[in-house]
Amino acid sequence: MAGKPRVAFYWAGSCGGCEIAVLEIRERILDLAQAVDIIFWPVAMDFKYQDVEAMEDGSIDVCFFNGAIRSAENEHLARLFRAKSKTLVAYGSCAHEGCIPGLANLSDREGIFEVVYRENPSVENPEKLVPVTRYDLPEGEVELPTFYDTVRTLGQTVPVDYSVPGCPPQAHQSWAVFEAFVKGELPPVGSVIGAGEKTVCDECEHVKEEKKVKQFFRIHEIVPDEKKCLLEQGIICAGPATRSGCGALCPTANLPCRGCYGPPPGVVDQGAKFLSAVASVVDANTEEEAARIVSQIADPIGTFYRFGLAASLLRRRKLDQ
Amino acid sequence: MKKISIDPITRLEGHGRIDIFLDEEGEVANAYLVIPELRGFEKFCQGRPVEELPRITARICGVCPEAHLMASAKACDAVYHVDPPPAGKKLRELFYSAFYVADHTTHFYILGAPDFVMGPDADPAVRNILGVIAKVGVETGGKVIEARARSLDIIKMLGARTVHPIGAIPGGMSKPLSAEERVDVEESARWMVDFAQFTIQLFNDLVLANKEYVDLILSDPYTLPTYYMGLVDDKNRVNFYDGLVRVVDPEGEELVKYAPAQYLDNVAERVEPWTYVKIPYLKKIGWKGFVGGKDSGVYQATPLSRLNAADGMATPLAQAEYERMYETLGGKPVHQTLATHWARIIELLYAAERLLELTMDPEITDRNVRTIPTETPTEGVGIVEAPRGTLTHHYVTDEQGLVTECNLIVGTTNNIAPMSISIRQAAQGLIKKGEVISEGLLNMVEMAFRAYDPCMSCATHALPGRMPLEVRILDSTGQLVERLSQGLA
Repeated sequence: MAGKPRVAFYWAGSCGGCEIAVLEIRERILDLAQAVDIIFWPVAMDFKYQDVEAMEDGSIDVCFFNGAIRSAENEHLARLFRAKSKTLVAYGSCAHEGCIPGLANLSDREGIFEVVYRENPSVENPEKLVPVTRYDLPEGEVELPTFYDTVRTLGQTVPVDYSVPGCPPQAHQSWAVFEAFVKGELPPVGSVIGAGEKTVCDECEHVKEEKKVKQFFRIHEIVPDEKKCLLEQGIICAGPATRSGCGALCPTANLPCRGCYGPPPGVVDQGAKFLSAVASVVDANTEEEAARIVSQIADPIGTFYRFGLAASLLRRRKLDQ
Repeated sequence: MKKISIDPITRLEGHGRIDIFLDEEGEVANAYLVIPELRGFEKFCQGRPVEELPRITARICGVCPEAHLMASAKACDAVYHVDPPPAGKKLRELFYSAFYVADHTTHFYILGAPDFVMGPDADPAVRNILGVIAKVGVETGGKVIEARARSLDIIKMLGARTVHPIGAIPGGMSKPLSAEERVDVEESARWMVDFAQFTIQLFNDLVLANKEYVDLILSDPYTLPTYYMGLVDDKNRVNFYDGLVRVVDPEGEELVKYAPAQYLDNVAERVEPWTYVKIPYLKKIGWKGFVGGKDSGVYQATPLSRLNAADGMATPLAQAEYERMYETLGGKPVHQTLATHWARIIELLYAAERLLELTMDPEITDRNVRTIPTETPTEGVGIVEAPRGTLTHHYVTDEQGLVTECNLIVGTTNNIAPMSISIRQAAQGLIKKGEVISEGLLNMVEMAFRAYDPCMSCATHALPGRMPLEVRILDSTGQLVERLSQGLA
C-alpha cells in the first residue's frame, strides 16, 4: 500500500479487554503510531463516529474490530466499518468466535430479560418493566438499540478478511500482526493470524506421559502436580483442542486451558474436537465404566464450547417459535 | 422541548449516552444517563460449574477483571463453606493491591489529571495525557508507564496473564509465591510507595496550590450529599479485599454495617425502561427518585465514598493524607465529587503501602495457599471494593455446584443514580437560558461524571485523557438545531 497504512480500531459488544490488550505492547505503541496513521481509535484518540460515516468506502486500509454482534447498534457499526475498510480483521475471541458472551446463545432475549430485570433477587420491579427501544419520558423520547436473541460473530455478520484469536490476543502476537500489516507480509485472505499452527499442548511445559483417566476432577477438588499434564491428572483441559499462540499461559498457574484461542488449524468445531480429545483419554473397559467416567464432566456444553459456541456448528439453543 | 445528547463518542456505539432535555425557556429540565448495552451474564452463568465463575465473570470487564475474579472467588468460598488458608487470603490481597496501583494510576494521570494540570477550559488539543506530560515533564510519563508495568508484572506472576488473569479459585489461590518472586514484588512495592508519594506531591503543587481549582472543587455544581458506601476492616478502616460493608448517611453517621450475605436486606435495584442498566439504591431508605439527601436511598460508592464511610486508613502514610484531606476540605464527610480525585490518590498510596506490608509478611511465601472444599455447595455472596465501587457477586448452586442463580451488582452501577444527579446539577448550574454552549462548558459537565471514573461495560477508560463528546441540540420535533463537539479531530 502506498504511504503509511491507514488503520482503525473499533469495539462492539465486548469487555474492553481487547483495547487494553493493544496497549499491552507498552512502549512499542509509539513505534506503531510512527508506522501507521491511526485514523480511528475511540479508546485512545479523539475522533468522532460521524467522521467514519463521511469517509469514502474503502478509505481505511485495515480495521481491527473487536467485540461480538449483540445489538442492532453493533451490527450497524460492523456494516459501516466493513464498507469503509479494505481489510477487516476480527480481533480477539468475541469478534472471532463469540467468546464467553456467546454463551448467551443458550438462552434468548426474553430469557435474559426475565432473569436480569425480574428474577434477580435484588430487583424491585412490581410493574415487571423491561427496557424498550423507544420510551416516552415526560421531557421527551429516549431510544435504545434492539437487543438481539442471538450473539453473532463478526464473520457471521459481514465478510471478514483475517481473524486474530485470543481472549484477549497476547501482546507479542498483536505486535506480530501489526508488523505483518506494516511490511505487507500477509497470508491469504481468510487466514487466522497472530497465533500458532499447532495446539496449546505443543507449547505447554507440563510433562506428558500416558493419557489414561479413570476419574475426572474439577479444579477445586485436587491440588495437581505442577509439572505433569493436567489432563492426564483428570483435570479437563482444552489444550488439545485449542490453537497455539498464547504460550500456554494458564497451565503456568496450575489451571487448565479453557480454549480462548479457538480451534486449531483444520478444525471446524472446537467443541467437537475437545469432546473427542477428552473421550480418547478415558480408560474404561466397559461401556458402563466409560459412561460413569464421562458423567463426571460437569456442564459439557459450557466446558467444550466455553469460547466458541456462537461460531460452532451448534451456534445456539433452538429458539421457540 | 430541546434535547441535548452528550454522546461520549467512544461509548456512543453501545456504551453510554447522556440526554439533557431543555424546557421552553432553555433551562435544563432533566438529564438522563442512558446505558444502551447488556450482555446478560446473570442468565448465562446459570448451569456453569461455580468454580469456573471467577474466570467467566472476569469477562464482564477487561479493565477491572481482577475485581470480578476476586469477588467471584470469595462468593465461591462461601458457596463451598470453605475458608482459604492465611497465605491464600494474603496472596489474593497482594494481587489485588497491585491491581489497585495500576488502576488508580491510570485514572489519575490519564483521565483526571488533564482537567487539573491543563485546566478545565484548556484547548482540547493539549488537554490530554500528552499535554500533561509536556507540562510536568517526560520523566513523569515514564513513571506512569513504569507503575503500570510493575503492577501488571505482579498480576502476571500470580495470575499467569495481564488481561483476564486467573489464579483465584474456591478455597484460595492456585499457586504460591516463591521466595525469589517475593523479592521482586518487594522491590516494586517500595518503588510504588515512592511513586504514590510523588503523585500526591504533584497534586499538592498543581491543584491544591491553585485557588481557582480549589474553588472549583468546592463549588455547588459538584457538591452532592448522599449516603456513602465502602468496605471496612474490624477497625472501620478502608479495605479493598475484605470486611463488612459500611454505609454512612450524609452527616457521616453510620446507617448500617453489613456482612456480604446480608446485602439483599440493604441494597435493591430499580428497573427503568429507558436504559439497560439497573439502578441500585438503599432498600431501607427506599427509592425517592434521582435526588440526593438523607431521605433518598441514593448512595455513592467511589474512592471518596470509601473514605467517607471509613474512620481512617490502615497504613501510616495514607492515614496522614486522609487526615490532611478532611482538614483541608472542612471535615467529614466530604460531599464534593471532584475531591474523588484526591481520595483516589490517597487510596493509591494505601494500596502501595499495603502491598509492601504483605510482601514483608513472613506467611506470604507459605506453600499452603489452598483449602480443598469438602462440604456440599449451596449459596454464597462475595464482596470486594472494585476501584469504581462495591462489587457484589451472589451465587446459588445445586448440590453438584452448578449455578442455579447468579446476581451481580457491579462497581459502576452503584453510581448510576448519583452520576445522573451530578450531571443534571452540573448542566443546570452551567447551561443557562440563551447561553451559547461552549466546548469548555461541555467539559465542565463531563467533569461531573468523570470523577466517578465510570466504567460502562467496563471501559470508559478513554486514553489519553478524555472522552470526546458531542452535543446534539434537538428541537421538540427531533430536528437538529445545532451540533457542537469537543476534542474531536
